[in-house]
Amino acid sequence: MTLQLLVVSGALALVLGTLIAIARVSPVPILRRVAATYVTFFRNTPLLVLLLITYYGLPEIGIIWSFFTLVTLAMGTYTASFVAEALRSGVNSVSMGQAEAARAIGLPFTQTMTQVVLPQSFRAVVPPLASVFIALAKNTSLAAAFGVLEATFRMRGLLNDRPDERPLIFLGIALGYIVIVELISLGSQLLERRWKVER
Amino acid sequence: MTSVLFDAPGPRARRRHKIVGVLTVIAMLAVLAAICWKFWSEDQFTAQKWEPFVTPSIITLLLEGLWRTVQAAVLAVAFSVVFGVVFGVGKLSNHRWLRWPCWLVVEFFRAVPLLMLIIFLWVTYSPQLITSFMALVIGLTLYNGSVLAEVFRAGINAVPKGQAEAAYAIGMRKTQVMTIVLLPQAVKIMLPAIISQCVVALKDTSLGFVILAPGLTSAGRLIWGTFNNRLATALVLAAIYIVLNLALTWLATKAQQRLAGEQKISIVGGVVRADTGESSVPV
Repeated sequence: MTLQLLVVSGALALVLGTLIAIARVSPVPILRRVAATYVTFFRNTPLLVLLLITYYGLPEIGIIWSFFTLVTLAMGTYTASFVAEALRSGVNSVSMGQAEAARAIGLPFTQTMTQVVLPQSFRAVVPPLASVFIALAKNTSLAAAFGVLEATFRMRGLLNDRPDERPLIFLGIALGYIVIVELISLGSQLLERRWKVER
Repeated sequence: MTSVLFDAPGPRARRRHKIVGVLTVIAMLAVLAAICWKFWSEDQFTAQKWEPFVTPSIITLLLEGLWRTVQAAVLAVAFSVVFGVVFGVGKLSNHRWLRWPCWLVVEFFRAVPLLMLIIFLWVTYSPQLITSFMALVIGLTLYNGSVLAEVFRAGINAVPKGQAEAAYAIGMRKTQVMTIVLLPQAVKIMLPAIISQCVVALKDTSLGFVILAPGLTSAGRLIWGTFNNRLATALVLAAIYIVLNLALTWLATKAQQRLAGEQKISIVGGVVRADTGESSVPV
């Protein structure tokens, strides 16, 4: 469940975050402003409050979706703002000559972005993106507060059942999270090595 | 705005941008209208949903929650800075018996979700030993402290080597080198990362909700328990948090500018290299 949540909301965050990052550097001023507002709003709201809005709020205005969808929506939109910020710094790190060359051979903005700048910036931001996703993995535990049957939630049940073994259970589940976190950072290291830019 | 990513727009491009801009505005308005319509059709605009937020007693309740939230955040940040300095320096120690435990502690608390930590502290020790407020502060301290430990370590490593060498050369002891020479510079270098961690700590105080710790979110729970207006309450909470965080960020930037001003002077002296770099700190 933790993993499912992680993968789906991670994918949502990646797509949405990329779109927002593009909008933030686009030539249309209004798009830039909208993207900046999005990032300000979602970065400064605690995830818990976002979850409150989607999980309690949306059903109140007649949008009744499953637990999973609502929680994923909150986590995806929240993480997207961090992805967008990371990507923007990546776009800034791509050397100027690349973008200038793309423009010089007549590529319009969309092609400059999708074919020249973005692929390179993704390479540059592998480590920060990995830490965003690590944070997301840990944030899945928040879903527990909203009744999604999930690793942390299980811990709560176990804790109440067996008071004597609490530290052990805590350690066990912590280990589970540590494994997920380590896997993500290992994966990012692998990607980093494979995509190493030769300059 | 000019950018290397696109040419200065000519007449046709300007027209195109205008069209895209108008379309965006229309789309945004449509979304807003849809939300408003939804609100309207589900009776979200009724006075009884929003009235509580102008009632003095409720405002007091929210302010009280705000106060406890800020209290928790300030305590947690203060403790975690201490924690971070101790463990960050510990991780750089020359003694293996000191380095290893520090490494273990930092890695552990960095990888464990904060919520789990808080729930664990609360469930295990709650009524007898610690209050839920303390559980929240302790959890926040352990988590943010270990993140800050990494930040401080990176900062200390980023201080030019010559600084430490020079300090040793004039006969300072290890502790003196650390406290007088390296740490102050490391703090300056890492200020942006430290500030963003403060924002994270402030946001994470909302987790107190789960363990019934006093704070904004718990005040929210009380309110919607009474008035049955969850969406309205959640939106108000979000607004309060956003204002709070923006204020904090603004303050922090001011502080940073002042410190950076100091730094400029020392650059003239040719001492400090203002190498902040990209922080690789998880958010």
